Amino acid sequence: MSSTSAPQAHPRGIFHKAGSLRAERRWALWSAYISLVVAAVIMLAPPVYMLLTSIKTSAEIADLSGNPWWVRAPTLENYLALINNPMFRGFFWNSVKVTVAVVSISMVISVLAAFALGRMRFWGSQVLATGVFLTYLVPDTLLFIPLYQIVGGLGLLDNAWGLVLVYPTLTVPFCTWIMIGYFASIPKELDEAALIDGANWLQMLTRIFIPVALPGIIAATIFAFTVSWAAFVYPTAFITSPSEMPMTIGVVSQLIRGDTFAWGQLMAGALLAALPPVIVYAFLMDYYIAGLTAGATKG
Amino acid sequence: MAEVSLRKIVKAYEGGVQAVKGIDLEIQDHEFVVLVGPSGCGKSTTLRMIAGLEEITAGEIAIGGTVVNDIPPRDRDIAMVFQNYALYPHMSVYENMAFGLTLRKFPKAEIDKRVKEAARILDITPLLERKPKALSGGQRQRVAMGRAIVRDPKVFLFDEPLSNLDAKLRVQMRTEIKKVHQTVRTTTVYVTHDQVEALTLADRVVVMNHGIIEQVGPPQELYHHPATKFVAGFIGSPAMNFIPAQLEEASGGLNIVIAGGMSLPVPPSRVDRYRGHAGKPVLFGIRPEHLTDDKTTDKHHLEPLSLTPEVIEPMGMETLAHFKLEGTEISARLDPSTPAEVGKPLALLAHMGQMHLIDPATDKVI
Repeated sequence: MSSTSAPQAHPRGIFHKAGSLRAERRWALWSAYISLVVAAVIMLAPPVYMLLTSIKTSAEIADLSGNPWWVRAPTLENYLALINNPMFRGFFWNSVKVTVAVVSISMVISVLAAFALGRMRFWGSQVLATGVFLTYLVPDTLLFIPLYQIVGGLGLLDNAWGLVLVYPTLTVPFCTWIMIGYFASIPKELDEAALIDGANWLQMLTRIFIPVALPGIIAATIFAFTVSWAAFVYPTAFITSPSEMPMTIGVVSQLIRGDTFAWGQLMAGALLAALPPVIVYAFLMDYYIAGLTAGATKG
Repeated sequence: MAEVSLRKIVKAYEGGVQAVKGIDLEIQDHEFVVLVGPSGCGKSTTLRMIAGLEEITAGEIAIGGTVVNDIPPRDRDIAMVFQNYALYPHMSVYENMAFGLTLRKFPKAEIDKRVKEAARILDITPLLERKPKALSGGQRQRVAMGRAIVRDPKVFLFDEPLSNLDAKLRVQMRTEIKKVHQTVRTTTVYVTHDQVEALTLADRVVVMNHGIIEQVGPPQELYHHPATKFVAGFIGSPAMNFIPAQLEEASGGLNIVIAGGMSLPVPPSRVDRYRGHAGKPVLFGIRPEHLTDDKTTDKHHLEPLSLTPEVIEPMGMETLAHFKLEGTEISARLDPSTPAEVGKPLALLAHMGQMHLIDPATDKVI
C-alpha cells in the first residue's frame, strides 16, 4: 500500500529533462497543497465554529457585536451542564447500547454471509452476492415507512431496541460487500491448504480467514459503527420518549424548545456526540482504507 | 505410506469440456511419480482430484487400498505443497507447520518434536519464529514442505512447487526435494510442466497431453524409447528434430529418404521393425545430441551429413547449431571446439542407432 506513493528519485546526468521535471513536480505539489488547504478550511470551518460556540456563554452567543470567531470569556459551563444532566447521559448510553449491538450483529451476519457467498461456491452464490449489494442501493428514506410498520407490529416502536432491529438492514449489505471483496483477495490455495490440513469450514473461517481479513473486518466495523452512531432519520421517526433517544436526536429534541435554541449546549452536545467516531477513525484510518481498497488491488 | 490407484479417472466441467479423459495409473508405495505436460494437459486437475479439491466426474481413486472418491481432503491423509506456498500469513513458521497437527489434536510435545525434526531436515530451525512475509521464496517453499512433512501423511502432493522460484534456486530446491524424499520415503505425486524437473526427480514420469496419458516410464526409458511423437518432442532439450521423409526399400535394407534426395540407411537391426512401413511417408526423429560432429560417444551407424548452419549458439560446454532442411527447422549439438560458421557447410554425423521413426498417420513411434 505504502509503496505506491513513494516519490521517484531523479536520476542525474543522462536525463536532461530533469530540470523541467522538477518544475512540473513543484507545480503539482503547489496545486495539491492549495487545494488541500482550501478543502481543509471548508471542511473544518463548521466544527471549529461549533467548538468556539460551545465554549461561549449564552450571553456572548446572543451578543451580535464583535467578531463571532473570537471567544471573549471561554467557559466549560455548557459541557458541564450536559455531563451533569442525567437525561443527556441517558442519550449517550442509548447510543452506546444500540451501536454495540448493531455492530456485533452486523459483523457476525456479514462475515458469515461474505464467507459463504465469496468462498463456498454454491448454486446462485453470484446472484445472491449481487443481490446483497443491490439492497444497499435502495435509499433509507424509501425503507422507513415499511420498516415503521414492521417495528410497530413487533411492538418495538419508541424503544431503542427497535433501532437495533432496523440498522442492520443498512449496515449488513455494505459490510458483507466489503468482506466479500476482502475475502476474494485471499488466495484460494489458503483455504485449500487449510482444508487439507484438516480444518472444517468453521475452523477455516475462525483460524484463517478472520485473522487474515482483519483489516477488512475493521473497515466494516467502522462503517457499521458510523451508520449506527450517526443515524438520524430512523430514530427521529421511531423514537418519541427522551428515555429511549440516542444522542443524535436527544440533543436536538431536548435542547431546542420551540424557537429557543440553546446554542452553546447544542454545539457542546454535537461535539461530544462526534467524539467517539473521531477517535475510532483516528486510530483505525489506515485499516479502514486498506479494507476498502483490498478487493481492488488484491492487496 | 501407501500406494495410489487411479482407475478410469474423468474430469468434465460444465459445458462438457473434459480436462481429464479417463486415465489409469498405479503409483507404488514410496514411489516418486511426476506428472508432466504442457499447460492444460490435465496434470494439475488430476493432482487436485487425488487431493480431493476437485470432484471426480467418473472413475475411482484409491489411496492405500481405500477408495477416496467421497472422502473429504482432510480425511485422505495427504499433504500438499502449492505453487504459491499458501502459507498462513498471520502465523509464524512454527505455527504454520504445527497447524495441521493442532487441528488433529496432537499432544503439544509430539507437535513440538515433529516440527523441530522437520525444521532440522529442511534446515529452517533458525526461522521458526518468523512470519512468512519475512522469508525469501526458497525459505517459504521449505516451510510449505515442512508443513507437509510434519503430518507424516500417506501421500505428498506437489503442485508445481518450484515455478515461482528463480532458475538457480529452482535447481537447488529440486535437489532438496529429492533429498527429502530419500529421507522420508513418502509416496509422492509431483506436477510440473518442466521436463528437466520431471526427469531429475522422478522414479517414473507420466507424460500427459490433452487429458490423456501419453506414456508412463522411468526417465531413461522416456528419453530413449518414447512411445509417441508428443513424448519424443516433449522430453529432451532442445527438442527432437522431426524431418518428413519417405521409407524406401534398398537392396535388402531400408533407406530414409528425406525430401531433397538425401538418403540415410536404417541400421540392419531395425530393418525388420520398420519393414511394414516401406514405401510410406514417415517422420524421421533425431535428437540434436545425436546429430553432431562428436565421434567419440557412439561409433555405430554414423552417417555423414552436410548441412549449412543458419544460427550458431555457443553455450560453453557445447554449441548449438540451427539449420533449415527442406523447410524444417532442425538443430544439432556440436563440440565447442568445432569451427562452425553461419553459411558455411558443416560435416555432421547422424547417430542412426538413436533415431526414431514416427508414423505421421498415428503420431506413434514405430
